[in-house]
Amino acid sequence: MTNSNSPRGLTRRQLLSRSAAAGAGFVVGVGFVAAPNAAWAKEMVALKPETFATLVQMARDIYPHDRIADENYVIAVKGYDTTEAAPAIEAGIASLDAAARGQGFASYIDTGWERDRVDILRGMEDSAFFQQIRGGLVTGLYNQKAVWPIFGYEGASYEQGGYIDRGFNDINWL
Amino acid sequence: MAAPFDLNDDGVVVIIGTGAGGGVLANELAQKGVSVVALEAGGRYLPDDYVNDEWESFGQLAWVDPRTTSGDWRVAKDFSGLPAWIVKAVGGTTTHWAGASLRFQDHEWKAKTTYGDVQGANLLDWPIDAAEMAPWYDKAEEKLGVTRTGDRPGLPGNNNYLVFEKGAKALGYKEVHTGRMAIMSSDDGERIKCQQTGFCFQGCKWGAKWSAAYTDIPAGEATGNLEVRENAHVARILHNEEGKVTGVEYFDKDGNLQMQKARIVCVAGNSFESPRLLLNSASSMFPDGLANSSGQVGRNYMRHMTGSVYATFDKPVRMWRGTTMAGIIQDEAKHDPSRGFVGGYELETLSLGIPFMAAFLDPGAWGREFTSALDAYENMAGMWIVGEDMPQETNRVTLNHDVKDQWGLPVANVHFDDHPNDIAMRNHAYKQGIAVYEAVGATRVFPTPPYPSTHNLGTNRMSENPRDGVVNRWGQTHDIANLFISDGSQFTTGAAENPTLTIVALAIRQADHIAREMSAGNI
Repeated sequence: MTNSNSPRGLTRRQLLSRSAAAGAGFVVGVGFVAAPNAAWAKEMVALKPETFATLVQMARDIYPHDRIADENYVIAVKGYDTTEAAPAIEAGIASLDAAARGQGFASYIDTGWERDRVDILRGMEDSAFFQQIRGGLVTGLYNQKAVWPIFGYEGASYEQGGYIDRGFNDINWL
Repeated sequence: MAAPFDLNDDGVVVIIGTGAGGGVLANELAQKGVSVVALEAGGRYLPDDYVNDEWESFGQLAWVDPRTTSGDWRVAKDFSGLPAWIVKAVGGTTTHWAGASLRFQDHEWKAKTTYGDVQGANLLDWPIDAAEMAPWYDKAEEKLGVTRTGDRPGLPGNNNYLVFEKGAKALGYKEVHTGRMAIMSSDDGERIKCQQTGFCFQGCKWGAKWSAAYTDIPAGEATGNLEVRENAHVARILHNEEGKVTGVEYFDKDGNLQMQKARIVCVAGNSFESPRLLLNSASSMFPDGLANSSGQVGRNYMRHMTGSVYATFDKPVRMWRGTTMAGIIQDEAKHDPSRGFVGGYELETLSLGIPFMAAFLDPGAWGREFTSALDAYENMAGMWIVGEDMPQETNRVTLNHDVKDQWGLPVANVHFDDHPNDIAMRNHAYKQGIAVYEAVGATRVFPTPPYPSTHNLGTNRMSENPRDGVVNRWGQTHDIANLFISDGSQFTTGAAENPTLTIVALAIRQADHIAREMSAGNI
């Protein structure tokens, strides 16, 4: 998978080799975070790499679409990696991890089953932090043109002359 | 004197707002030789400017100035700063509307007489009736080019409609068709015919749908009698010691306060801004706001009983292809109290793209129950419910002095509680909408809550008796002879039908009245 966020010419091969060198974790080098399978990577500005990796998992658990790649969740939440936004995110993820430990898990991201992570999220869904992340995802995830084809949505049609000759009434199963 | 007009020209009619009410009124008066200055808070966007992209278009066109909300309606929780989904641009919400153009049913002009006393409702009969409005509806349908009126054919049905129609007929519904739409269905008119593009809500890039932005407004300007000032936000209506209005103060495009003198002022800023302006124009002579001796300014806010039903199927529908509002079931529009409520509702097909579906299908929801619905988006069909809601005195627009807009003016707070009749009707409509789709094999159904309001009505209502409302049968305020209300805020009751055709018909009729009264020297 190509990654529009892949910074500074780092190739997928380098990423994989660095990932291997660092072990199986999420964190690759200093201030650089990648998924275990190296499907995405992002150089961090203000957030701790572990925090960002947890945020990406949280985003997927809030709006899980198994056919949408991590990359699109990364794009949806990368705007929180700023000096201004980071303190609230660090605090929010810390409380998420604390809630996970309260359920007997090492951390949120080390909670293996989605149902267990969702239980943890349910316990904090009225918090300002959860609502900030959820609300931001509504546009941050679903307004990415790259995900529209996954839903079958065709986007703009005027440039193609509308659907008058392209199947506006092509339903064949009624 | 030809447009543009001087700020000190006190012979002009000033119209505030250029949508279905103000835009039509401006053109109709200009055609009769009346000098008009139309002040529009937004900018001017034409078909070349519109974008087939829901959020980008929303950013271009929507009125997003601050407002606040209260009450038990779910919009106050889900979209607390956005009670309405309306447009701030030349042409107003006629840019965004879907095009459904339905006449009121005869009995709906006489809601109090027909429905009797409904506890908690502030029902009233309109001071006008179906017979009086018939010729004005004829003119409005001709102006808008409404399908299935005159000799205009209906639009072809798209995929979303074909699912809807099959379910409706399986249930035994009889009045099922592709609607009476202000969208061209042939190439015989002045506008191009519908190209089934979708994105009706984002402004029709073909100009197939009627919008004042590219019909009435330029037609009025072509007479030399109409000047439209864009990005002109009216702050206050001024009056003299005799209690007649004399002009308006507005912030121009550069943020400078200007004063335009006027012989007559017509307010058409939609049902939040119109009462807000009257209230913000309070003076020592009118301490409760202009035209508010009845205390009814801002009250009886109606938004139609709405909701949506979406359903998924085991095979693709692709509902977004073609006309957004592509068909209607009218069988439930009748008044039949045996259903457990007064008044009726229409069912109309509707489609949202993925970006808006994510925002509106079940606001606040998350997790797989929600995302699995979106995963089935391609197999989804949808309809919107629009029914008559009850006017209530406590549903009202007031000034929120704690929150100011970019001009430092108190914003509108919009309070709305559902009436029990609204809830009973919505539940009935959900049940029927679900039945329509289940009759075609729906695998899952979604009774979706109301969106921010596009049909905003009733906050300066029309009444026979000055005690009961703000304006008379002509939209002229009871208190001030040269101050008119020209938008949907003059609605006495909301009826079941999409309001634009009625707003347009009232504006054509009001223009006739104003021109006649001006000629007679009465105003």
